[in-house]
Amino acid sequence: MSLHAIAPHGHDAHQAHVPVFTGARRAELDELLTRYPAKMAALLPALWMLQEDRGWVSPEGMAEVAQVLELTPAYVKGVVSFYTMYHQHPVGKHYVQVCTTTPCNVCGAEDVVNAFLKETKCGELGVTSADGRFTVVEVECLGACGFATPVMINEALVECVSVDSVKDLVAGLD
Amino acid sequence: MGYPHPSHPGETPVISKYFGDAAARTLAGWQERGGYETLRQALATDPVEVQNVVKESGLRGRGGAGFPTGVKWSFMKPDGKTHYLCINADESEPGTFKDREIMRWTPHQLVEGTAIAAHAIFAETAYIYIRGEYTEPVNRVREAVREAYAAGILGANAMGSGKRVDVHVHKGAGAYICGEETALMNSLEGRRGNPRIKPPFPAVAGLFAQPTTINNVETVCAATHVLQHGAQWYKSLSSPTNPKSTGTKLFSVCGNVARPGNYEVGMGFSMKEFLWDLCGGPPAGRSFKAIIPGGSSVPILLPEEAEAAVMDYEGIQAAGSLLGSGGVICFDDTQCMVRQIARLCRFYAHESCAQCTQCREGTAWTVKILERIRDGEGTMKDLDTLLEIADNMTGKTICVLSDSCATPVVSGLKKFRHEFEAKIQKNRSSVMIPSFSTAAA
Amino acid sequence: MSAPAPIASANPGMVTLTIEGRTVVVPPGTNLIEAAKTAGVLVPHYCYHPSLPVAGVCRMCLVEVEKFPKLTPACATSVGEGQVVHVHSDKAREARKGVLEFLLINHPLDCPICDQSGECELQDYTFAEGRKDSRYMEPKRFNPMEDFGGDVLYVPNRCILCTRCVRFMDVVAQDPVLNVSERGDRAFIGKFEGQDLTHAWAGNVVDLCPVGALLSKDFLNKARAWELDRAASICPGCSQGCNVMIETRDNVVVRIRPRPNASVNQHFACEVGRLNYRWMNRRDRLEYPHARSTQGLTPASWSEAITTAATAISSASRVTIVASPSLSNETLFLLSRIATHVKANAVMMVPTGTEAPLPGAKDLALRAERAANHTGAGLLGFTDVISPMAGLGANDLVIAVDAADAIASVPDGVRVIVIGTVLTEALAESAIVALPVCNFAEEDGTFTNLRGRVQRFLQAKAPPAQVRPSYRVASELARSIGAGSFPVLASEVFTALAATVPAFGGLSYRALGLQGGPAALLTEVTG
Repeated sequence: MSLHAIAPHGHDAHQAHVPVFTGARRAELDELLTRYPAKMAALLPALWMLQEDRGWVSPEGMAEVAQVLELTPAYVKGVVSFYTMYHQHPVGKHYVQVCTTTPCNVCGAEDVVNAFLKETKCGELGVTSADGRFTVVEVECLGACGFATPVMINEALVECVSVDSVKDLVAGLD
Repeated sequence: MGYPHPSHPGETPVISKYFGDAAARTLAGWQERGGYETLRQALATDPVEVQNVVKESGLRGRGGAGFPTGVKWSFMKPDGKTHYLCINADESEPGTFKDREIMRWTPHQLVEGTAIAAHAIFAETAYIYIRGEYTEPVNRVREAVREAYAAGILGANAMGSGKRVDVHVHKGAGAYICGEETALMNSLEGRRGNPRIKPPFPAVAGLFAQPTTINNVETVCAATHVLQHGAQWYKSLSSPTNPKSTGTKLFSVCGNVARPGNYEVGMGFSMKEFLWDLCGGPPAGRSFKAIIPGGSSVPILLPEEAEAAVMDYEGIQAAGSLLGSGGVICFDDTQCMVRQIARLCRFYAHESCAQCTQCREGTAWTVKILERIRDGEGTMKDLDTLLEIADNMTGKTICVLSDSCATPVVSGLKKFRHEFEAKIQKNRSSVMIPSFSTAAA
Repeated sequence: MSAPAPIASANPGMVTLTIEGRTVVVPPGTNLIEAAKTAGVLVPHYCYHPSLPVAGVCRMCLVEVEKFPKLTPACATSVGEGQVVHVHSDKAREARKGVLEFLLINHPLDCPICDQSGECELQDYTFAEGRKDSRYMEPKRFNPMEDFGGDVLYVPNRCILCTRCVRFMDVVAQDPVLNVSERGDRAFIGKFEGQDLTHAWAGNVVDLCPVGALLSKDFLNKARAWELDRAASICPGCSQGCNVMIETRDNVVVRIRPRPNASVNQHFACEVGRLNYRWMNRRDRLEYPHARSTQGLTPASWSEAITTAATAISSASRVTIVASPSLSNETLFLLSRIATHVKANAVMMVPTGTEAPLPGAKDLALRAERAANHTGAGLLGFTDVISPMAGLGANDLVIAVDAADAIASVPDGVRVIVIGTVLTEALAESAIVALPVCNFAEEDGTFTNLRGRVQRFLQAKAPPAQVRPSYRVASELARSIGAGSFPVLASEVFTALAATVPAFGGLSYRALGLQGGPAALLTEVTG
């Protein structure tokens, strides 16, 4: 398995699916299954594992999750598409989510979004930059309204981002 | 302590006492501060007795609905069935971020409260459902749970009591509606987060079709303090004039305000004092235009209405809104209310689960009309249509997401109709109406 | 409006309530939609379906129940003693009007090209209770059509997300290949790439769809609903005996759909039952009676042909009757009279296929026995054979009744009386007479299903030329050889059958109705 294949972000859509639930991951899932009286309850955690390992939730990945949890791929897809945090398509290495819901919006969150689009050269929401490094999206309420504008970059939440701080923030990402 | 600001003298820090105190995060730190002693006592107490103390305290659910916690717990009888406790840490109501700080600073406070609540409802298993965006809180609580298991606080023989208490952290994946209790249970079961039809109520058939209690993070933390200090002490923290709202409440303040953040005050606190003294009023040189006092789903208040209110369930209701989740959203005089109400409705349209017709179609339609008005292409008739749609969306669906979308429209049009009308009037001449004359020209 | 005080003691164990001013007495646990049905009141609804679990999502069935704080969904509300329910109050009607408006804002107004038009619940209720105008000024949502595989086409623009199809595949077919994808107004019915609606019962989603979102590819653009003639029938595809409706346009069968019968097929029919109807429209039929002359097999009058056949039977040293196990009880009964009279050997050959159950429905499957009346034929004395022509030779006369498929070739010297819908080459060479009869869709009759349930099917289309019902031909033949005098109407033949064969004792067309009945047969079959 190449390093690229397990890179959490910037994944190539056309790469063959390498099963996730083997070895340590399988053991982790098995431990998880002991916490619930029904296998299906491990669906969200299993999808998280898939996304952590592969960078996105690919159709092949959904099929694998379906198989290990004794569900159908169609069922899994219905669930995946309900939740906004599962990437149904590959995303940039740095997935930037800017909260623009009302409490942040009144503090100028839309300007922060535009600053990110400019600095990352994405240009457009949801579009991955040409170098594959960034995808910028608007997100609905990150639950950090008192720290407007909160921005999630992959797993990390950055509080109180302003238009002025975007440039340095982007520059600090590899 | 206090976070992000030091506690104000006007606050009554009970739950938020250790916010900003990083040393309180670890098990050792928590125990140094007296942590888990209340759990030890509770485990040695009959669950019904625990229920009664909480009932006596008058503690009400802090998630938004305000249902008396002790009464909710008393629905759970020792009937031999498997009971479950769900902790609602999906904190997804815009304007609310109190549970986030509880979990970030005092994860053991939540674990302790969870274990006590589980014991009180005859449950051996509790799930803490934390929204997926809360990466740091998830990690903090997971670590606290790990420590608690390692120390024998949780597990087959919790604190040597002979009782089993299992606590598991379950991470959401991005869906506002999972904060609705039955949607949360569906999500936990590995389904789409669709709210369920009630009845059956969770206490009869909830998670995995078993009797289930679902409590907010702040609620179970408050319950711990109730048990530690007694019901009378808890009641003494709030205004004696209103026995229906007791104890302290965490309020999250955000938007156009000088000092946004979390503040814990006794129920019955003056909202004027709260907004101006604790939160510092509007940003320098501006004035308040509107206040949403209880999270984005409650009616909008004018500043004078808000300032006249006392901060408890009944006080805010009397002012024409609801206490809700305690998320106070401030709008200053530079804000365009049409724009912000449209933005708020877009949130609900985005988050509609798609089950009920009124919500699926109504939220999206509302947004389209509001954005059209915002962009100067509205008509006066649109305002009537908006209100009729709002009426059709209210009280007719499985859950209240649809109602929540209608709320800012109705209260916004009631209180800021002039702004809508101005948008429409100002752009009237720019509205293109196809006609034969233009075609001929 | 106040209801008369219900007398609870009069109906122990039952719940008495008032719906639209009418007193209704139903078992506890009945939902308000079903309770209203018993009073002849239709509560408009989309997502509710009696054969599916309750979803409560369309919100169309909101009704006003006195003392309830809000309108309540009738599908998800159980009856309560003394409840007073208003289905057509202003409040309930306003709520429905609101739902209809919401459902229509993104629904294309393409009724003129929609197959569902004329049998569309969105169209019907909008016509009855909807707004006359649209207040929606924004662009409509658009999603492309999708082939769901099998016989199903999905038109998402027309979809109202009632989820009947998803619930059917999940709970009844137990093959969850459909889902609700995405959320909010972006939601649609989705499936997983490469996993199609190939389940043997998947076609039911088309019937379940209350609007034109799920369409049958087979029926696509074939006919408008109001052009169709319909006849209650029984699926001839296997021994399950699913109740169906045969729908014809200009005397051509264009669609077969299930007809509800709680004891047999609930609301369902399998793909074989739905799609295997083209043979009913065959044009290369045997249309005139034929008799062998010096010039070979040539057209003859019915009386000539019957006389020729009767003479041959009476003079034959050994007669074998080979009958299709998909013939009606009536025809088989008359053939059995001929068999008894001339001591003929009565046999049948049962075609078989793969059994395909519908797991969520009790005792419902596409049966391995692909014959509609194997049980009935057995009760009437026909025995199963693998090879009906085996051992026959120069002294044998065969009466082949609708047995073209069973007889691939005829041994030398065997003479055949063909009674059938078609004349195959194999049979034509040996035929001394050929009598044209109706196919199943062209005549009346009854089948006995594998559980011994006797069910009527009605004529759905007219037969061509001089073709006559098979029971009538059998009746005339029996009379001509002196086997007795028999009536010529299907109902009368059945009465004679019921009087003669104990297994059918006590039954009549009137008693069977259109849902059939088991009667004494059950004990005969199981015992």
